[in-house]
Amino acid sequence: MAKINGKENSTAKGKTIGSYLDENGYKKTYIAIEVNGSILSKTEYDSYIINDEDIIEIVNFVGGG
Amino acid sequence: MNDKLVIAGHEFNSRFILGSGKYSLELIKAAVENAGAEIITLALRRANSDTENILDYIPKGVTLLPNTSGARNAEEAVRIARLSREVGCGDFVKIEVIHDSKYLLPDNYETIKATEILAKEGFIVMPYMYPDLNAARDLVNAGAATIMPLGAPIGSNKGICTKDFIKILIEEIDLPIIVDAGIGKPSQACEAMEMGAAAVMANTAIATAGDIPAMAEAFKKAIEAGRTAYLSGMGRVIEKASASSPLTGFLQD
Repeated sequence: MAKINGKENSTAKGKTIGSYLDENGYKKTYIAIEVNGSILSKTEYDSYIINDEDIIEIVNFVGGG
Repeated sequence: MNDKLVIAGHEFNSRFILGSGKYSLELIKAAVENAGAEIITLALRRANSDTENILDYIPKGVTLLPNTSGARNAEEAVRIARLSREVGCGDFVKIEVIHDSKYLLPDNYETIKATEILAKEGFIVMPYMYPDLNAARDLVNAGAATIMPLGAPIGSNKGICTKDFIKILIEEIDLPIIVDAGIGKPSQACEAMEMGAAAVMANTAIATAGDIPAMAEAFKKAIEAGRTAYLSGMGRVIEKASASSPLTGFLQD
């Protein structure tokens, strides 16, 4: 099962990252994504298909010092 | 007066780097404007799709300085820096490598390693460090754009406890020295600037103030006053009195 931001996700497999982001309300301009330890560039969001064992991190900026 | 803060060729009129942590998004715009800040720090975390994004609240034209908070070693700092750049907001990064949760003191050794890697990748690296001259020299050699020594533990508001050692860095290091962490009130920010610091970074002092935008303005004024005082050259200090009024023409025989 794919793991996204630390949580197992049973429905993401087979979708593109782009459609996963759209379905879950993420704004692509504000985020960065890492798949299995490597950065996925924004141009790859619509072509990368989520695999069963993928570990995906979706990150953005928050307040900090 | 043409007195710019220059970081890796980028010019800034403001010498106040503002943190954005620990206060509401609604106050960020007012704080940035009252601070006159042209650089604001941010942190990178796992994203929640249902929360508002801080980038919507930062005025246009302000340079974003992502930090690597959460990194416990150089490898993790490099990972966070690369992800931050991938968001698409520039090449600046403030390196923070911390594995001590009680005092949040930076690991200078790991910070040097991360700086070397990221500078080679074209980042403008601003490392947060414990004010040690040897480590600062290593950071210069590693490609740092500035040096950011701590005044006191992060969030403590204790002031510049490391004053004498920051003075040594100002004296010996040919890069902007930006005092970061621990500065709790405007007078301490002013003191840092009077010492010859190139800039001051503050977050908690503003975030925990009663009136956040007003405190941001107070810091702005203090930093400007300290800078002007530094450029003016301080008056001398002597042991005995020295009359300010003429010692002639008294109304007495």
